[in-house]
Amino acid sequence: MVALMLPACFPVNKNQGERLYVDHCSSCHGGEGQGLARLIPPLAGADYLALHRAELPCLLRNGQKGHIVVNGISYNNVMPGEKGMSPAQLTNLLNYIENSWGNKSKPRTIREVEEQLQACR
Amino acid sequence: MLKRLFLLPVLAASLFTSCTEPGSDTAARLPILGERDVRPRADGGPADTIFATVPAFKLTDQSGKVITNQTFAGKAYIADFFFATCPGICPKMQAELLKVYAKYGQDPRLAFLSHTIDPAHDTIPVLRDYADRLGMGAAKNWYFATTGAKGEPTAKDSVFQLARAYYTAAEPDKQAPGGFAHNGTFALVDDQGHIRGLYDSLNEQEVARLMTELPILLDEIKSRQPAVARQ
Repeated sequence: MVALMLPACFPVNKNQGERLYVDHCSSCHGGEGQGLARLIPPLAGADYLALHRAELPCLLRNGQKGHIVVNGISYNNVMPGEKGMSPAQLTNLLNYIENSWGNKSKPRTIREVEEQLQACR
Repeated sequence: MLKRLFLLPVLAASLFTSCTEPGSDTAARLPILGERDVRPRADGGPADTIFATVPAFKLTDQSGKVITNQTFAGKAYIADFFFATCPGICPKMQAELLKVYAKYGQDPRLAFLSHTIDPAHDTIPVLRDYADRLGMGAAKNWYFATTGAKGEPTAKDSVFQLARAYYTAAEPDKQAPGGFAHNGTFALVDDQGHIRGLYDSLNEQEVARLMTELPILLDEIKSRQPAVARQ
């Protein structure tokens, strides 16, 4: 367990969540997690994050297609999955999203994310 | 991940034209980009320079209306290329165009033309829904257009060809997000079909340049219109 958590603490992985966000998410969800009109849901202040916390690792891995309701607004678009991201990367990415732009959430551990990934279809 | 193709020729074209643009004694004018042809005159007078124009096109917009070059008579327009399910650069690109719309969208001399490069998926109802979700459902001067309203098998080729005319690279690419590689160029076209500016929508400074150059072109168009029509 300790060995699994260590990589997230090494300097090479510092700000990895932010870098992953910039490279993989920001062109759609925006530099500030603001989304785009009713085409792309926001991440900043999104109720979906807390309501579906345990499902988010699978959502990132498998992508999302079809209707999704965020802050009472229905979105219908395609988000590609990130099949290549490791549990550690998903953890850092989610911790970044869930604690940026005013978002606040309990930090996830890699262990927790790995367990949640078991549930992916 | 963000594929930007063909930027070199665009750069070359802008360098070429900015140096050869004849001096103007009034305010700064935007260059005319692209190929030009010099034709000797039969009477031996100074040769005529023929500037390239956007080729003839016939598209269908989100309300099912046919739009052609004539739709933009007397107006400037900004053209870009997108697709509704694009997970790559399109949201960023359209977000930038929304900013331009917010500032200049009410100007009667300006229109917006977003072409889908995925005509097989982006049917008229899909385009209407896209426009609506972008908050442009009621806008009369932002066209979301397809070359394949009737499922024409040539639709994809037509739009890729059209994209090249606007100095935008677009092509199918299995490696690219969403299945298409394209770049986020905004092409600024004048009331006579000449391309007057090319801007990389993914670059903040380029979008800022569009914001400052656009009113120069709008003024030029105003000066061409008869005084009575200027109201």
